[in-house]
Amino acid sequence: MAQIELDNIQRIFQLGDSEVHALQDIQLRIDAGDYVSVMGPSGSGKSTLLNLLGLLDRPNAGHYRLEGRDVTTLSADEQARVRRERIGFVFQSFHLVPRLTAEENIALPLLLAGIPPHDRKARVAQALDDFGLAKRGDHRPDQLSGGQRQRVAIARATIMQPAMLLADEPTGNLDRATGEEVTSLLETLNGRGVTLIVVTHDPHMGQRAHRQIRMEDGRIDSDSQRPTP
Amino acid sequence: MMRSRDILGFATRAATAYPMRTGLMMLAMAIGVAAVVLLTALGDGARRYVVREFSALGSSLIIVLPGRTETGGVGAGSFVTNTPRDLTVDDAAALLRAGGVTRVAPLVLGNSEIAYRGKLREVMVIGTTRAFADIRNYRLGQGRFLPEEDWRRGSAVAVIGATLHQELFGAGPALGKMIRVGDRRYRVIGVLAASGSGLGMNADELVIVPVAAAQALFNAASLFRIFAEARDRDAVPAAKTQILDILKARHDGEEDVTLITQDAVLGTFDRILGALTLAVAGIAAISLAVAGILVMNVMLVAITQRTSEIGLLKALGATGGIIRLVFLTEAALLSIAGAFAGLLLGHLGAWGLRLLFPALPAYPPDWAIAAGLGTAIVTGVLFGVMPARHAATLDPVDALSKR
Repeated sequence: MAQIELDNIQRIFQLGDSEVHALQDIQLRIDAGDYVSVMGPSGSGKSTLLNLLGLLDRPNAGHYRLEGRDVTTLSADEQARVRRERIGFVFQSFHLVPRLTAEENIALPLLLAGIPPHDRKARVAQALDDFGLAKRGDHRPDQLSGGQRQRVAIARATIMQPAMLLADEPTGNLDRATGEEVTSLLETLNGRGVTLIVVTHDPHMGQRAHRQIRMEDGRIDSDSQRPTP
Repeated sequence: MMRSRDILGFATRAATAYPMRTGLMMLAMAIGVAAVVLLTALGDGARRYVVREFSALGSSLIIVLPGRTETGGVGAGSFVTNTPRDLTVDDAAALLRAGGVTRVAPLVLGNSEIAYRGKLREVMVIGTTRAFADIRNYRLGQGRFLPEEDWRRGSAVAVIGATLHQELFGAGPALGKMIRVGDRRYRVIGVLAASGSGLGMNADELVIVPVAAAQALFNAASLFRIFAEARDRDAVPAAKTQILDILKARHDGEEDVTLITQDAVLGTFDRILGALTLAVAGIAAISLAVAGILVMNVMLVAITQRTSEIGLLKALGATGGIIRLVFLTEAALLSIAGAFAGLLLGHLGAWGLRLLFPALPAYPPDWAIAAGLGTAIVTGVLFGVMPARHAATLDPVDALSKR
């Protein structure tokens, strides 16, 4: 059984009078621990696919089974719980809360999950250490460099030890060297068993994934597996 | 689920992160609460002032008027006659027998002229007895009050008010001088200390003569009023019954007098000013409702500003309920802080009032403080519900794409 199973997924947006088929008849299996890149031109549906995978959006038709459980029929609160416990998001624009320190940003998912303050502190300290942010814990986002911000965001995405990381253009707002650094950080996490799904424009980054999916007009155009070295 | 302490902490951080917005909202709330506190302090202060002034007149005072002003049932006397009997000096003297009554003063009132060495003016003349000075708390500037004597005798002596003294005698001595009131001559034996205007009559412009002298002057056998003083405030009801019984017995069983107590007058003023305070508080409460709408507005703006944050929280696994609670808590915190700031402001204002007008006991009543705080917090939270619900229903994908 694959970790992610998508069957006949349809996603239609109503734009005025016209219907836009953002996703058409998507069939997809992704195994646990896989490293997948999703590429394609703007409007090809790759972000919509990522939102669906992250339970931020619901398909108009079709089924999404996550770890064997049909999550399309879950209530909003149950979906929130799945997001909290199984899914980590990394965004292009980091989405850090500007008034909170790095530490507090990383602790947010723990806060939402109701983890007691004592445990929270220990886990955040560990994460700061792991991501090389030990001295930046009390800095606010505007006092951090782009790379540091994305590292904070990744620390936040992984603090709940999710089953998968969904990254939407994680290096889009970073220079090449920092982007490289962030990419290898994500790959290290993947190496420890987290499923990594990256939406990217950058062909260089896309080619580093084990499995590359190309999308075109809401359909999967190609799906190629790089032979494991 | 998120812990309540964490929700509180998160909301506090959010409120303090935007000092301008938070400050303005708190100010609106504070002004509303301060208005309630200050205006009720003013209203209640006025009420207490009036009550205190009245009490100073003697709260155990019972005034007897001839005639009935209230319609009662049919008594034995109703069939005999309808015209009330006059009150007489003997009636007044008889009231001294009542156990609950300590002092009695008959009162004759009339207008006349006073003259001294060619100076002439209109005055109000009171005919009474010695006890009147004690009942009304008159203080003497010079000399002494009317002598203790047979009420029917009426020696030709007079006590005059401070203003009269000033006008007739200037800086010269008045004691022992003969003045003319109407067609009679009296010797001045006392001058009242200046008291300013009292309620009803200005003691500074009075001439007080023995009751029999005044009856002779106005050629009248009847009394205008009888003033009786009960032993203390608690004895007033018993004294009233005794007075009524005595007068009824003396008036052939007919209850043809009216008793007025200070308490009744006081009660009326108390009610009027109390209602006024309530009305003023109501008007001030409108500003609280306005503040509530402002809270709603500010929260809606805050949610627009923080749309992407809401999207993020949802992506991190916050349920709609949590988002709603976080924003509602924020609104409640701001309202509470604003309400207490307003309480402080109102108390400061009331304190300022008391400094400016020391006579006015401008303390806000407890009910007004409770109502002001309560209304502020309730409106703040109520008007916070709609924005919080709005935040909870935002679509996470749309919310995340907002910058």
